[in-house]
Order: sequence, then C-alpha cells, then structure tokens
Amino acid sequence: MKTVEEIKAAIEAAVPGAAVEIVPNPSPSGQHSLRIAPVHAFAVAKFLRDDEDLKLDFLSNVTGVDWPDKEISEKVKVTRTVTKTVAGVEQAVEETVEETRKRVEPGCLEAVYHLFSVEKKHGPVIIRMRTVNRSDLVYMPSLTPVWRSAEFQEREVWDLYGIIFTGHPDLRRLLMWQGFKDHPMRRDYVEPDDFEYEPTAHDQVLARARAHRAAKQNAAAGQEGTGAGQ
Amino acid sequence: MSFSEFVADQNKPEGWNRPPKVEADGEGELLEVAMGPHHPSTHGVFRMDVALDGERVIRLKPVFGYLHRNHEKIAEGISYLGSMPFTDRLDYICPLSNNWAYALSVEKLTGQEVPERAQYLRVILCELTRIVNHASAVGFLIQEMGASGTPLMYAFREREKVLDLFEALTGARMMCNYMRFGGCRVDASPAWLDATRKVVAGLPKFADEFESFLCSNEILMARTQGVGILSPQLAVNAGITGPMLRASGVNYDIRKVDRYGIYDRFNFRVPLGDHGDVYDRFMIRLLELRESIKIVEQALEDIPVGPIMDPKAKIRGFRPKPGEAYGRIEAPKGELGFYLISDGGPNPYRYRIRPPSLINLTVLEDMCLGQNVADVVLIFGSVDIVLGEVDR
Repeated sequence: MKTVEEIKAAIEAAVPGAAVEIVPNPSPSGQHSLRIAPVHAFAVAKFLRDDEDLKLDFLSNVTGVDWPDKEISEKVKVTRTVTKTVAGVEQAVEETVEETRKRVEPGCLEAVYHLFSVEKKHGPVIIRMRTVNRSDLVYMPSLTPVWRSAEFQEREVWDLYGIIFTGHPDLRRLLMWQGFKDHPMRRDYVEPDDFEYEPTAHDQVLARARAHRAAKQNAAAGQEGTGAGQ
Repeated sequence: MSFSEFVADQNKPEGWNRPPKVEADGEGELLEVAMGPHHPSTHGVFRMDVALDGERVIRLKPVFGYLHRNHEKIAEGISYLGSMPFTDRLDYICPLSNNWAYALSVEKLTGQEVPERAQYLRVILCELTRIVNHASAVGFLIQEMGASGTPLMYAFREREKVLDLFEALTGARMMCNYMRFGGCRVDASPAWLDATRKVVAGLPKFADEFESFLCSNEILMARTQGVGILSPQLAVNAGITGPMLRASGVNYDIRKVDRYGIYDRFNFRVPLGDHGDVYDRFMIRLLELRESIKIVEQALEDIPVGPIMDPKAKIRGFRPKPGEAYGRIEAPKGELGFYLISDGGPNPYRYRIRPPSLINLTVLEDMCLGQNVADVVLIFGSVDIVLGEVDR
C-alpha cells in the first residue's frame, strides 16, 4: 500500500487545488491521517474510491471529534520604556519584563473517516475534515453519495456533535429523539436536571386556587365584619 | 470556489446506492404500520416505520435510540480499564469478542505485546463466542419463520454448554470482562481445557443435526430463497461486514485480511454465498460455525504453557502517549472496531465504537422494499443484530 505521503501527492495531482495536510500520529499504531479541506472533500473522496491503485471502496468508520476552544497562557518577554529616576535624574530606561498573556485558540468540530479497500485488501487510510468553528459554521459536505455506509454514521455525528452534512439525503437525529435540542457528545455539554420535565399547568392551577381561597377568606371576613356591625 | 458555491453545485447523489423507488399500484390508501419497538421479532427495542400497499412494503424507515446509553460519553469520563466491563454490554450475545476488540485497540495505542498463551485463549474464547452467536442467530431466524421454539432450543442447549465454560473461566456467563490490555485476566486450568475439548468434540454432531433438520426443509427454502437479495456492489459500498457481506459473495474476512492476533497460524476457510439472499446468510452462518469448530480444535491442540500477561504491564492508571489508534476484529456480526484518541491523560479523549449491527442495518430498507411484510421479519432476522450494540 502507498504511504501517506504518496497518497497526498496522488490526491494533489488528481484534484487541482486540494490542500492536503498530513496529520502525524505519534502513537505506536502509526496510523497517520490526511486532513482535507471540506471544499474539495467530495472530489477527493471520489478519487480515493475510484483510483486504480487505492480503490478505497469500503468506508468503515465515520466519527466526530470535538475540539473545544482552548485557552493558552504563554509567557512573553516584553521590552518597554519606563521612566525611572536614576542617580537623581529622570531617564527613560528600557526594561524587559516577563508577562503572561492569554490567548484563545478557536475550537472546531472534526469528522474522521476510516477507509479500507475490499478489493485490494489494504487500509486504513484516514481522512479528516474540520469545521470553521463550533457554533454557526458547522457545515461539511456529506460523503454519503460516495459511500453509502456514511448514511447512518453521519446522522449519528450530526446528532451527537452537531456537524451539518450538506448533501446528506436524510439528515435526522439517529439516537436522540426528534425535538432534542443539544448535542450530547460535545465536551461542554451539560445535561439537564430532569430529562423528562414537561411544563404542566400546576403553577397556574395553584395560583388560581390561591386566589380563590383568598377571595373566599375575604368574603368570610367581610361577612363577619358586617354581622358584628349589625 | 467558495464553500457555499460548492454546496450549491455539489454533485448529485449518484443514485445507484440509494434505496429503489417502489410505487404503489392500484388505488387505495397506504397503510402505515409501526413495527416495534415491542414487536417480538425486533430482538429488543427497535422500530421500523413501514408503509404498506396491501402486503407489499412501499417505504421502510428504521428508528433507533430506545436503548441509547451514550456509552461513548461515559467512557470519556472513566479510565481505559473502566470501559472494559461496559464493552460486554454492547453485543451481549458475544461479550468476549467485544473485549478483544477493545483490548486490541488499546494495545495498538500503547504498543503492548500479548503473550502466546493469552493469544490462544483469546482465539478459543472468541471462536466459541462465534459458535454461540451463529447458532442462536440461526435459531432466532427460524423462530421468526414460525418454527416456534424448537430449533432455537437446540441452539440454546449448545449455547448453555459453552456459557458454562465461560462461567467456569471468567466467573460470569455473559458479562465476562475477561480480557486485559496485554493479556487476559485469569489463566485457564488444564481441567478447563479438558472440559472445553469435551464440549468442542460434541459440536460437530450438533452442527450435523442442526443442518439435517433445517437446510433442506421445504418451508424454510420456500420462505428464504430469493428473498432480501443484496448485491455485492451495494454491500461493499454500504459498509456491510461479516456473514452478511460474505453471503453476497465478497471474500472479505478480517481474520484473513488483517491477521490480527495469531489467526495466520490456523487452517480455516471462508465460506462465501452466491445469491446474497436470506437463505445464503443462514447457510453462511452454519458453515462458519463449522470453520470455527476447526479453529478451536487447532487452538486447543497447540496452546502453549506460559504467562498470560506481561508481569510488567500496567493495567490500571496508565497514560498512553498522545495519539490515536483504530483497531478492528472480525466479530461474529461483522467488523467491530474501536477508535481511540489519547491526549496523554488517564481517560480516553475520544472513544468510538464502530458497531457492525448498526451499519449492517443501512441496507435494510433496500432489501425490504417491494417484498411482503411477512418477509420483512425474516430479512431483518437475517441481518442478526443486537440492540445493545446498535444504540450503544
């Protein structure tokens, strides 16, 4: 089987403009992956499936990964001019200070596809795609038209992670119920206190009962008052 | 080209791998039926929303999630070892193959080696599991055909013998929690190996008996042959694995392709179907059962003496280096894979199960459209799913 570098070169030769990035995997498994831009994903997927050398006709596994926003604090050396009194005279002196700066690395959602070849019996070739962010630009092309096995798995990724696969023939929630709002596999998901809470009329009924009781008591008090007066 | 433009003119769906369009003929309204979640043939809680024109199925949509526990989320919050007992609960008919798939993935992630004896024990247990699974799958299939109980009880009689072996070795009939990263939990005694030899010696007779009762049964042939045909092209494209794929005539067995563990040492064949119908799926399971008996016999003969675990291996509280690994095995139902991402912590950052049962259901609609509603139950039974794995 071709190495990741060779596959990268083959994709870039076949799909003009496709920027493929190798994501090294330092673990002993040695399964390196290729990150492709969502814009070219469909063409790349078709190439991978139909290429004579690769023939990756079997999409085994589709999954999502959530990478939340990361706050990174770095120590930076900063030079600044400070006015100081040196030997009785005010002077502008340059001073180097270490400062801790915090920056937020924006998070994203990632989809990972594991490809194998039934015909050539090799694999896995791993491709991954990233969304722009985690809130609104969560679009990605669906690879279901290329590999049918992505159909349920992309539905599951939409359900649990919230990646919207454009071009998917039937993108509904797979495991959670229709009408569920959140995406429970995200790292920052907080589960509600009571899943089965449904607003009922209890509060209104209680308020009405209280008002009724108060009116009754008032009326009784009023009657007593009038009775004593007579 | 911008992303929105791309979305606008994205290639049209190719069509050939989509379910066929079935039109209702004649007048009359379609009858919409919810088969399940408490239909006896659904092996648990699974629902098919079916639209019927008379007896013919016009539309079928599977509905999942009744048994959803979000095992993947739970696993992100506990250690690597903590997920091992939970893998038993995925496909609860074959807990030991689930154990193996998970252990294999973690071993890929950490680069651990597994001693010889543990490898042999894994093969023996996994193949016994396959025998149990295939026998009961066939039993359930025949039961759904209307042969109430008897064939299933024949299968369960053998299953009970194997489960007794599991109980003697691991302490539990079904929730075995037996394998560890880099080996197994307890060693098998010589007495246990003898008992296993005795049980395995009786299995070919059971297979003969089962086959002679069922294979040439006229009702079974009439109900299953030519029903629910799956083409090899669609099977590969839809990611179908296991006996279902091989029943369609595609020679793809991960035991032969990946040669994980020590499967390159055993002499066995991969049975292939010809038509891809329900009968082929039924026959493939019976033939694979015989091959599994052969593997267990060979493994019991060759099993060496030695450690079952590297004594230096750390089971609890280890932290794999950052990285990821995808490990897969040929589970009785198909390709069972575990995808793990480690960020260097004691818990997996991402833990994903590739469930064969769920993905094999992708083509359920394709196989059922245009068939009679009574055959839907059969086609569904021939997929052989366990809801614990479909919904996870």
